[in-house]
Amino acid sequence: MNILNYTEEHQAFRERFRAFIETQVLPHAETWEKDHFVPRDVWRAMGREGFLCTSVAKEYGGLGGDFIYSAIVCEEMASSMQTGLAPTLHSDVVVPYIDEYGSLEQKKKYLPGCVTGDIVTAIAMTEPDAGSDLTSMRTTAVDHGDHIILSGSKTFISCGIHADLAVVAARNPEIEDPYAGMSLYLVEAGTPGFEKGKKLDKMGWHSQDTAELFFNDCRIPKENQLGEKGFGFLMLVGKLQQERLCCSMGAVYGAEMCMKVIMDYCRDTTDASEKPLSKFQAIQFDLVEMLTEVKLGRTFLDKLIADHMEGLDVKAETSMAKYWTTDMANRVLGKSLTIMGEYGTLEENPLVQGWRDMRVTSIFAGTNEIMKYIVAKLMHL
Amino acid sequence: MLEFNTSQKQIQKAVRAFAKGEFDKEKVLELDKSGDYPQDLYVKAADLGLIGIHFPEDYSGGGMGLFEQALVAEEMCAVDSSLGITLGMASYGAEFILRFGSPDQKKALLPGVAEGRFRCGSAITEPGNGYDISKISTVAVKNKGNYTITGRKTHVVNGGNAGFYMVLCQTDPTTVPLTSGFSLFIVEAEKKGVTVESSGQRLGLNMLSSATLDFDSVEVPSTNLIGDLGKGYDYVQAFLMESRMLAAAQAVGLARGAYERALAHIKAREQFNRPIAAFQALRHKIADMATTITLARLVTYDAARRFDLNICDASTACLAKTAACKAAMTVSDDAVQLLGGYGYMREYEVEHFYRDAKMLEVRDGSPYLLKDIIADSEIGKLKARK
Repeated sequence: MNILNYTEEHQAFRERFRAFIETQVLPHAETWEKDHFVPRDVWRAMGREGFLCTSVAKEYGGLGGDFIYSAIVCEEMASSMQTGLAPTLHSDVVVPYIDEYGSLEQKKKYLPGCVTGDIVTAIAMTEPDAGSDLTSMRTTAVDHGDHIILSGSKTFISCGIHADLAVVAARNPEIEDPYAGMSLYLVEAGTPGFEKGKKLDKMGWHSQDTAELFFNDCRIPKENQLGEKGFGFLMLVGKLQQERLCCSMGAVYGAEMCMKVIMDYCRDTTDASEKPLSKFQAIQFDLVEMLTEVKLGRTFLDKLIADHMEGLDVKAETSMAKYWTTDMANRVLGKSLTIMGEYGTLEENPLVQGWRDMRVTSIFAGTNEIMKYIVAKLMHL
Repeated sequence: MLEFNTSQKQIQKAVRAFAKGEFDKEKVLELDKSGDYPQDLYVKAADLGLIGIHFPEDYSGGGMGLFEQALVAEEMCAVDSSLGITLGMASYGAEFILRFGSPDQKKALLPGVAEGRFRCGSAITEPGNGYDISKISTVAVKNKGNYTITGRKTHVVNGGNAGFYMVLCQTDPTTVPLTSGFSLFIVEAEKKGVTVESSGQRLGLNMLSSATLDFDSVEVPSTNLIGDLGKGYDYVQAFLMESRMLAAAQAVGLARGAYERALAHIKAREQFNRPIAAFQALRHKIADMATTITLARLVTYDAARRFDLNICDASTACLAKTAACKAAMTVSDDAVQLLGGYGYMREYEVEHFYRDAKMLEVRDGSPYLLKDIIADSEIGKLKARK
């Protein structure tokens, strides 16, 4: 019994995307890692082929597809092990804010570009002093009638350099209650006062353009307020279930890819007396444990994708999944490198980059500690 | 009880002061990217007697033991794991000469290493075999008063950046077991026929040179043979015993350095109107880290003391190394997590402690090999079934 119903359309889409990755991503992946940059036109190429924003309705140029299309994009990207290009972030984390909370005008203005890859998005919540404690953010949005002035800085913003459009969380300085004072705004790149800071130098995701963003008396038209004023926090809460599901997808699919690689490696690599590594019992048992954890993760994930597609409230479960699957994926990558010995220390080994890349997943989108804190609250502990 | 005498405490203080004064964070980040060797720091460390602290004073050493070498390793690695490990391995392989070399060999090579004039490299492992050296392909053929060496060695520490290499060769292919036909030779780096190819970019410790060495009919005099013919395998096992303990000490220092940074961070970092050190889950993580480091330190220094008393064995060294490197992995991983988003940024250092810990985990043999050695020792030879 399949938990998810993959149709022939889904399969055809998967094969098309896989071919795109093989011809337009994999040949350049190494260069992008070295350059610490993915060229902007790759986003356009992806968009033109219909691989971005698959959930967006046909009237805006989207596929109007279900969440399984999103899962497929995530899975095939994870198989490529290229982490600079982040279609899932754009399509399934950021754009949904515009899709769900945007006015008709905003949707008409921005969604088509998001689909074609002419508009790459970013979401700016985190600040140097507001990480886990998001409501302590200091970026302000002062309402001046026909326009709004944003002031403050954001950090750790994925796609920060490429972003043509940012969804920015900011607070009304006149309202004390941080939950009631937060609103969301759409800020276009090039808006005077909106500066992009330096690309951050990270342990992994080298080709991903994570950056600081600065708002220095940045003036945006009132029309760029997203959703209702003061509902920023509720909007974020509404979208975090899907964000956490996306993180879990990345972790599980990444771990599955890792298992394929390590099992092949163990079968094909022999010791000095020609015995394959896969015949050593300690390694066998470790591989089985890893396989079991990956299977458990995939099963939980698929169930939550199904629940999410049904519109169920699975906030607690997706938070559990986010922390557990990312911890699991880190364990799987770590053990794989240990099995590989010295080869597990060479950057030419794709799993080495995979290990570095996976490490951020227990930190971003809310640390795993925050996930546990949230579940404790939701369980009324 | 782990107690340090006055001289040992002075060493700790001196090394800590040196490292704190000389190890510059920006320089480390730069070297991590460029892969250049910290040459000036190496010379300074040698001047302070930190490179050959375990060599006899007759050979420009400190006249001390593995215990003191471990102290130096821990203190340097706590300040910076990459610099600590890199500098600590400047003498990697010189122990072959120290323990098994002739007085002439010692006189020729040990002072140069201790004085910071040249480094030693160790060419033991071969393509695909890791530390399973039951079979090797590098041969040394006797040729009148010389030996001609041909073969390939991988992951040579200080490869391309050493004055001389210790090379494990097969001198007699007819022995049973094969390993009784292995011998160890000194090969000067500039000898004709030696070619070096960098191992390429690595996960960590890029400032520590690592290379593949090709020996194409390299001629060395018989006086370059270390100790006795056919004893090479035994010498390597003995060397690995002490080099694994050095790795353990470096792991302890790394763990401590990561821990100290994480602890400082959570006390300073405020979220939810309080230092995040106020949250019980994080407090218990700190407690776990402190416990892990304490256990690792005790087993490491106990093993080092045994070594200096000549009552250590391979299994004890493997046990210490496995335990300490596991500690380094979990503590540095926790440190990254405690720093949150900052933990993932190169600028905040803990991520390179974490990468360096991953390098240490498989150095001188992965946990799989080391556990085999420990198990062999614990279980002993099994009776063959009739």
